[in-house]
Amino acid sequence: MDNTILRTEALHAYYVLDVYGKQKILKAVNEVDLAIQEDEIYGIAGESGCGKTTLLKALAAAVEPPLRVMSGRVTYRIAGEEVDVATLTPEEKRKLRLEYIAYVPQGSMSVFNPVARIKDTYRDFIESHISAGSKTEAFDLAREHLTELGLPIKILDAYPHQLSGGMRQRVTIALATLLKPRIIIGDEPTTALDVVVQRGVVQLLKDVQRKLQNTIVLVTHDMGVHANIADRIGIMYAGKIVEEAPTDKIFGAPAHPYTQYLINSLPKFGDKTPRESVPGSPPSLANLPSGCPFHPRCPHAKDICKQEMPGFTQVEPKHRVACWLVGEGEHGKAA
Amino acid sequence: MEKLLEVENLTKTFTLGSVLSRVKITAVDNVSFYIKPAEIFALAGESGCGKTTTARIIMGFEHATSGAIIHSGKKEAKNEKVWFTEGIQAIFQDPFSTFNPLRQVERYFFETIENYKLAKTKQEAIARIDAKLRLVGLSYEDLAGKYPSEFSGGQLQRISIARALLTDPQLIIADEPVSMVDASLRMSIVNLFKKLRDELGVSVLYITHDLATAYYVCDRIAIMFRGDIVEMGTVEQVLMAPKHPYTQLLRASIPEADTTRRWKEEIRLADTEQDEYLRQGCRFAGRCPRVMDICRTTPPPDFEVEGAQVACHLYADAG
Repeated sequence: MDNTILRTEALHAYYVLDVYGKQKILKAVNEVDLAIQEDEIYGIAGESGCGKTTLLKALAAAVEPPLRVMSGRVTYRIAGEEVDVATLTPEEKRKLRLEYIAYVPQGSMSVFNPVARIKDTYRDFIESHISAGSKTEAFDLAREHLTELGLPIKILDAYPHQLSGGMRQRVTIALATLLKPRIIIGDEPTTALDVVVQRGVVQLLKDVQRKLQNTIVLVTHDMGVHANIADRIGIMYAGKIVEEAPTDKIFGAPAHPYTQYLINSLPKFGDKTPRESVPGSPPSLANLPSGCPFHPRCPHAKDICKQEMPGFTQVEPKHRVACWLVGEGEHGKAA
Repeated sequence: MEKLLEVENLTKTFTLGSVLSRVKITAVDNVSFYIKPAEIFALAGESGCGKTTTARIIMGFEHATSGAIIHSGKKEAKNEKVWFTEGIQAIFQDPFSTFNPLRQVERYFFETIENYKLAKTKQEAIARIDAKLRLVGLSYEDLAGKYPSEFSGGQLQRISIARALLTDPQLIIADEPVSMVDASLRMSIVNLFKKLRDELGVSVLYITHDLATAYYVCDRIAIMFRGDIVEMGTVEQVLMAPKHPYTQLLRASIPEADTTRRWKEEIRLADTEQDEYLRQGCRFAGRCPRVMDICRTTPPPDFEVEGAQVACHLYADAG
């Protein structure tokens, strides 16, 4: 049975900018096919400026100028039916947010109104989705939810600045999951937190996923977090997914040279052997190299790499790689 | 034993709040450590542990409430600023805010040369700049006439290091030098520190929250928690066999890139930071799994356990 809840087909999302009368195009999402399953934590990894956040915007149906979806589509499966996001009206999208799809951003400081107590923000969120709820009903729901997640109830009376960064991030996650969404999208939700606090936040995300049996799409550049939480990982480079596999395959048997560099450059405790960074610098999305965008940095680059982008090759079931070294591939569908 | 830099009983208190509700926070509490020549020393801990404040005092941006900084056997005095900064240079966390975006990057190099009178002619200056840039894998041509926006974060961080090297310092203070750099480029910076230590004999005070890179690059490490050094020793001692319960928690909380070692047990987080600063006795007592009565009343002294220095009452007998 097909369990795909969130799907993209040949998605191209570009920033179209007008710089002094000249059009400039940033190819932030460049032909991405994803099939994200129900009850799955899907991790997206890649360096800054590779298009991770733009892809999330497209997934969350939050595409606003200058970002434009040039071609391809994003579909949700709602109550057994595939719905193309582009056909939704603004009111339908508003209704879906929080109830069906929720977004957890990186900087939790800007989520809450700094001059309102946490409970007022909760009430705003609840009342915009559940009609005829009285004040006490809304608070009961908030209180019940916080207790379920093991957070202290007294934080409802606090102002955002009174909470520590980690607590604020956990309160944000609690807020995002209040209405039990089927999909949670997290954009670097643990970045800029201390390691112990980060562990607490990852713990909470896992708990929430286990309880709701829903889908989490998690973007972070920290491979350690991915190793701890993700079921499957997609490696993104210059607007494209270049490798996708279950987490243990990505760490155990990476096939793309970029993924290999990424995994092998991670320092490990008890092992001081010299480690190398990926050579060179990431390309500009406004001026992508021809062929495979990784070829200028790739130590194994061949002539064909400079001319043509390789398609996906299935190395194993559920493990696909876009690299000429691995196979010719056939550019196309998600697994 | 020769000591390049020694920090002696450094204390810094900040006062928070208004006149009526004044709270004194001891950000750095009686901290002592030393750095040897050609050594990479890590000062590690979570945010708010006092590691950056310590570095800022050493760099002279902040005045200590009490304690002393001793460089090459001499105490720092105000009129000796130039001598002091010639020997100790710094690089910072955010490479994008280190440089003024409207100023050519090379201006910073010429400015440093002028400040320390390192060259007599422009040719001499350029030769010196080029030599230092080559140490970090760049050259003067790569840089000439360019603005900061034309470089990536990793490149800018390497340029910062080259700029710091202009004065031939014995010590570089690096405050979270890789936390804003992409994971894929991080090792290029960290490897550079190793190269500077091994080839030029430069010491580095590496301030970080990333224990994995600290293990990879450092010789010795001090773990700070709420203003105190709780554990200090070689990286092998401290990170491979942590003694203090806080170091143990920290070490276990690092997400390792290993799918077989996912976190199993649940942890408790601090309620608020201020409570821990104001705590009598050991500041970790509120979260410590092995807390004893004495921990809540008396701050633990330093004990020597298997060669490492540990501030924890658990080791009272061992010491």
